[in-house]
Amino acid sequence: MSVQEPEPSTDGRVVLDARDISRALTRISHEILERNRDAEDLVLLGLHTRGVPLAKRIAARIEAAEGHPVAHGALDVTMYRDDLRTHPTRAPHHTEIPPGGIDGKTVVLVDDVLFSGRTVRAALDALADYGRPAVVRLAVLVDRGHRQLPIRADHVGKNLPTARSERVGLRLEETDGIDEVRIVELEGVPA
Amino acid sequence: MTRHLLSIDDVSAEEIQQLFTTAAEMHDVQKREVKKLPALRGRTVINLFFEDSTRTRSSFEIAGKWLSADVINLSAKGSSASKGESLRDTVLTVTAMGVDGLVMRHSASGAAHQVAGWLDIPVINAGDGMHEHPTQALLDGYTLQRQLGGPGSLEGKRIAIVGDLTHSRVFRSNVKSLGKLGASVIAVAPPTLMPSGIAEWAKADGFATSYTLDDVLPEVDAVMMLRVQRERMSGGYFPTSREYTVGYGLTRQRLALLREGVPILHPGPMNRGLEISPEAADAASSRILDQVSAGVAIRMSVLYHLLAGEESA
Repeated sequence: MSVQEPEPSTDGRVVLDARDISRALTRISHEILERNRDAEDLVLLGLHTRGVPLAKRIAARIEAAEGHPVAHGALDVTMYRDDLRTHPTRAPHHTEIPPGGIDGKTVVLVDDVLFSGRTVRAALDALADYGRPAVVRLAVLVDRGHRQLPIRADHVGKNLPTARSERVGLRLEETDGIDEVRIVELEGVPA
Repeated sequence: MTRHLLSIDDVSAEEIQQLFTTAAEMHDVQKREVKKLPALRGRTVINLFFEDSTRTRSSFEIAGKWLSADVINLSAKGSSASKGESLRDTVLTVTAMGVDGLVMRHSASGAAHQVAGWLDIPVINAGDGMHEHPTQALLDGYTLQRQLGGPGSLEGKRIAIVGDLTHSRVFRSNVKSLGKLGASVIAVAPPTLMPSGIAEWAKADGFATSYTLDDVLPEVDAVMMLRVQRERMSGGYFPTSREYTVGYGLTRQRLALLREGVPILHPGPMNRGLEISPEAADAASSRILDQVSAGVAIRMSVLYHLLAGEESA
């Protein structure tokens, strides 16, 4: 019926370790704060799967810096994907919109790796069904290029130029037991 | 998962939990301002009902529409079936219009199964005669599981299913589904409304039977009352409806036999005053309206899993 997402690979070379990831998240957190003077109207929404723990971590950093909590939640875009028809059915994840909603708020979408941009497009569609934010921004830990849609990130932890024949494998403590980003060479894919 | 949903036999315990998890997400959609998901955009679903239904049909219709499918309702009354067209011709004609899924109710047991063999699109059984009604059993299990504490909470729970078991497809589907969820079912009915051969069946499927509702009620964790199906009876099953109520109705007096907070279910439509008293139907522990809202969520989940993905054999 439904398929599990593939496990991130443990092959290839490590390009970001736990300290690099931590520094990148700290920088993103400060950038987000600089763009939004007070964190009051801010809503961080992590995209499933690994954007969700990242949004939590950024929220914790902003809270530590500002002294008050920042609204955060999770957004599932399964139903809004443009490739539903071409894959076996995937079970949706839980969407958690913070109690204050997103109307008139500054929503920062948080994802792990920005690649084709199709997940973000789906997220923008999903968001519109939950309300009308004043501003939507995008924060990603890794931007690996190869966009297929006119979408860019506002906050990037690390730009990783990659070939199409490579895969970026991101693992996080919360989901995989370790913080690291690897680049893996895939066989049989033209560069 | 399965290509068709004709019977609870088509889904494993694990797949039932997967359907429930998806249904819980669908349930949240009912609370949203925009009650619409784009998952089935561009797909067409036909509800083909050869038998009367209000809640199942409207529930499937809402479920399809909230998933952005185009939903067409056809009932046998006023269709060419009443002009003498055969079942096979009717479904082939209807699906030749370019339909992606068929939801079907028919008074003949096994009708959906037979139709599934003629078509290459998913078929969902919305009730076939006295055989099965799988989405009803799924929504019952989903409602109970939510009520009793989430996944795994039905394990070892005792659930009474009371009433007209002979004619009940809801009973047949529920025995299988609740069994897969780990609950133990106690089937309660007067001897005339116990399906013939139920003793062997109960032994094979691991459920208990009883003729005495008063003995069963104090020890169950949930009670499901079934409708007395007058339209399927040619009489003789019980002397008078009053007598049925005295023996097997969930009356105000019997409510006191239930432990506090034990959920009361009924698949509807209810015969108030016959199998269920107004006091029971409207009790704080009655989950009958929750069943209706769960029905939409479960049917969204089923339509999504059967129709959204790539065609898989």
